[in-house]
Amino acid sequence: MRAPKENVSSTSSVSVSVSVRNLYKVFGRRPKDAVTQLQSGASRSELGPHETAAVIDASFDVKKGEIFVVMGLSGSGKSTLIRTLNGLLEPTSGSVAVNGIDISNVPAAKLREVRQKNVSMVFQHFALFPHRTVLDNAAYGLEVQGVRRAERLERARKIVNIVGLDGWADKYPSELSGGMQQRVGLARALATETDILLMDEAFSALDPLIRREMQEQLLELQAELGKTIIFITHDLNEAMFLGDRIAVMRNGRIVQIGTPEDILTDPANDYVAQFVQDVDRARVLTAGAVMEPARAVVPLSAGPRSALRVMRDLQAGAAFVLGPGRTLLGVVSDRHVMRQVKSNETDLSRVINQEHASVPADAALVDLFELAVESPLPIAVIDDKRRLLGVIPRVTLLAALGNVPTNTTPINIIEPVSIIPDAELDAMLASPELTSAAASTEGTLA
Amino acid sequence: MITDFRLPLGDLVSDGIDVLTDSLRPLFDLIRLVLVSLYEAVEFVLLSPPFWAIIIIAAALAYFVKGWKFAAGTIVGLFVIVGVNQWENSMASLALVLVASAIAIAISVPLGIVAARSNRASATIRPILDFLQTMPAFVYLVPALILFRVGVVPGIVATIVFAMAPGVRFTELGIRGVDKEVVEAGHAFGSSPWRILRQIQLPLAMPTIMAGINQVIMLSLSMVVIAGLVGGGGLGSDVVQALSRIDVALGFEAGLSVVIIAIYLDRLTAALSGKRRTMWTPWRTKATITEAAPSPAPAAATADARVGASV
Ligand SMILES: Nc1ncnc2c1ncn2[C@@H]1O[C@H](COP(=O)(O)OP(=O)(O)O)[C@@H](O)[C@H]1O
Ligand SMILES: [Mg+2]
Repeated sequence: MRAPKENVSSTSSVSVSVSVRNLYKVFGRRPKDAVTQLQSGASRSELGPHETAAVIDASFDVKKGEIFVVMGLSGSGKSTLIRTLNGLLEPTSGSVAVNGIDISNVPAAKLREVRQKNVSMVFQHFALFPHRTVLDNAAYGLEVQGVRRAERLERARKIVNIVGLDGWADKYPSELSGGMQQRVGLARALATETDILLMDEAFSALDPLIRREMQEQLLELQAELGKTIIFITHDLNEAMFLGDRIAVMRNGRIVQIGTPEDILTDPANDYVAQFVQDVDRARVLTAGAVMEPARAVVPLSAGPRSALRVMRDLQAGAAFVLGPGRTLLGVVSDRHVMRQVKSNETDLSRVINQEHASVPADAALVDLFELAVESPLPIAVIDDKRRLLGVIPRVTLLAALGNVPTNTTPINIIEPVSIIPDAELDAMLASPELTSAAASTEGTLA
Repeated sequence: MITDFRLPLGDLVSDGIDVLTDSLRPLFDLIRLVLVSLYEAVEFVLLSPPFWAIIIIAAALAYFVKGWKFAAGTIVGLFVIVGVNQWENSMASLALVLVASAIAIAISVPLGIVAARSNRASATIRPILDFLQTMPAFVYLVPALILFRVGVVPGIVATIVFAMAPGVRFTELGIRGVDKEVVEAGHAFGSSPWRILRQIQLPLAMPTIMAGINQVIMLSLSMVVIAGLVGGGGLGSDVVQALSRIDVALGFEAGLSVVIIAIYLDRLTAALSGKRRTMWTPWRTKATITEAAPSPAPAAATADARVGASV
């Protein structure tokens, strides 16, 4: 009966690590009845006094190698959800497939095998074995798998070193600080070499500085080892920092799944919007998400006169110069261009200043502050072939951080104002050589 | 009218015991044989070497688990017993205590494990324990006497029944008290329930279980005296003799011997339960550990009080 089903899921298992479909978990006396009620439209609060619906109709796929964060307030059902993923809790209804194996309905022995080979777990309060040394803690999973003592200790020692605990292997957990204890928890999970890692508020019990350090280390490990990580947190900043995708949970339901930017810039409902209000946006938003189209732009071939004209029209003191294929060559300032026009030079490239601020599209806003302060020009956003994608004026940067929608608030001055008097510019541009060109440009602008 | 009516509970139990005696005679004879041989073997081990050899072994044990002060106290105490001429009685009683508590522990710890694993088992076992523990100890002697006849065996059986309860309770308490997340970690790495019990629950519950074992031994010791009433021998028979002859001197000497052995066994087992903790909490000093493990100390106090009361 089950064979075809397993085939279906295993064909898709190439890219999907964990697949959850219509998952319900209700605690209480009559959980099945409660699910029927919920399925026919009852709300969570309409259930009997003895039933708690912890997870309601959750469906999602976690892709291989991604960090999937489940975020929500305390009591929203996150721990319950993650515990169904390795069968610590049995779903009341719905299915959970891990690497194509449906674990919602397998015998205990098979489930133990899945836990040994496919999924390991890191706990909120570390849950280390206090009567075992750091090394023996790390080797526990291998011991359960039946790996010989010498081999498992050697493998565990490697992992203990990787997580930065060299020299602590023979200590007991009670001799370690919180951060170090959770490193042991991480080592214990990594040592089994399962490809899926479940982390239930793994860093929530640590103080903020240690937490940030652990988050960064987790990202490094993830890049190195390519694990699939399902990470639970109630901390939005943590979710945004770690997550490739984030599922937001509320009262047992998943209300939105998306990338950190999706969640921030396009919240599915007021609840999510409110939740993301106090996020540290500077760490989440990227240059690409807030940039605006560049306007003070001249092609290199246009020459000094048209460059000056563009700057005058935009009331800008400088412009970006683009080469073939919109590659960014640099910046010219109105003073230099004006000098060229006066001396009848035609090669704009001689006055290009290449020392302007440019960043890739995935740079976090937090890294842009210094540049924005130092540079009088908007920051240029470029791709890996140095093509100009857009610009971030200082005002835009501040607006993005203040959660002011940049597209609805009028922003008047976005470029540094020219210091050359208008009259002088007009006089310059009125000279005979350029009259026709100026007329045509004026025509298109009008 | 009302005063005429009587619940025939006592008769019922009495009839039940009769039925048991008639139908299961061979079984009880077998149990009797096993218990007698066990007891005699232990007694032989304790009494065949010269008393000073036993004292040296006891003191060495005391030194190993706790330190030289305890060892010195042990030597003094045991020499007092020799001095009041109660050595043989004491060893006989000790043999009875060791056999009875070993069996009580062998039954109660697994029962405690079962109770910890299933709420239903726990709900079934608890009232039975309440019953066993609060029933006056003497009452067990009557059916035990009928089933196993006069001698050391009814004493052992009554002692087992009487002393079992804390073994079950503390084991259940200890296992249920193991951090839920730590047990969950065992499951999460694919351990079998048996492995989790062996490698996680039992080791972590051990201090509490040891406190229970301490109580089992203390209760056994207090029962020894009562066993003297049914021919249990040892210190109990001297106490009973002193009682019937109103011999204050004999009563005091026998009673004092009971107290000395009680204190020795109590400190020994209490130290054992503390010792397990030091292994994985090395940053604590020994002093804080004994403070942090409050259960054995008050337990010992009540057990001592019981022993005193029954003397
Ligand atoms: N074993 C359980 N028995 C009964 N209710 C539970 C149990 N575990 C969790 N719950 C309830 O389910 C809801 C979700 O809990 P949980 O998954 O722990 O939330 P979170 O991890 O998001 O804080 C809560 O209302 C909680 O009280
Ligand atoms: Mg939780």
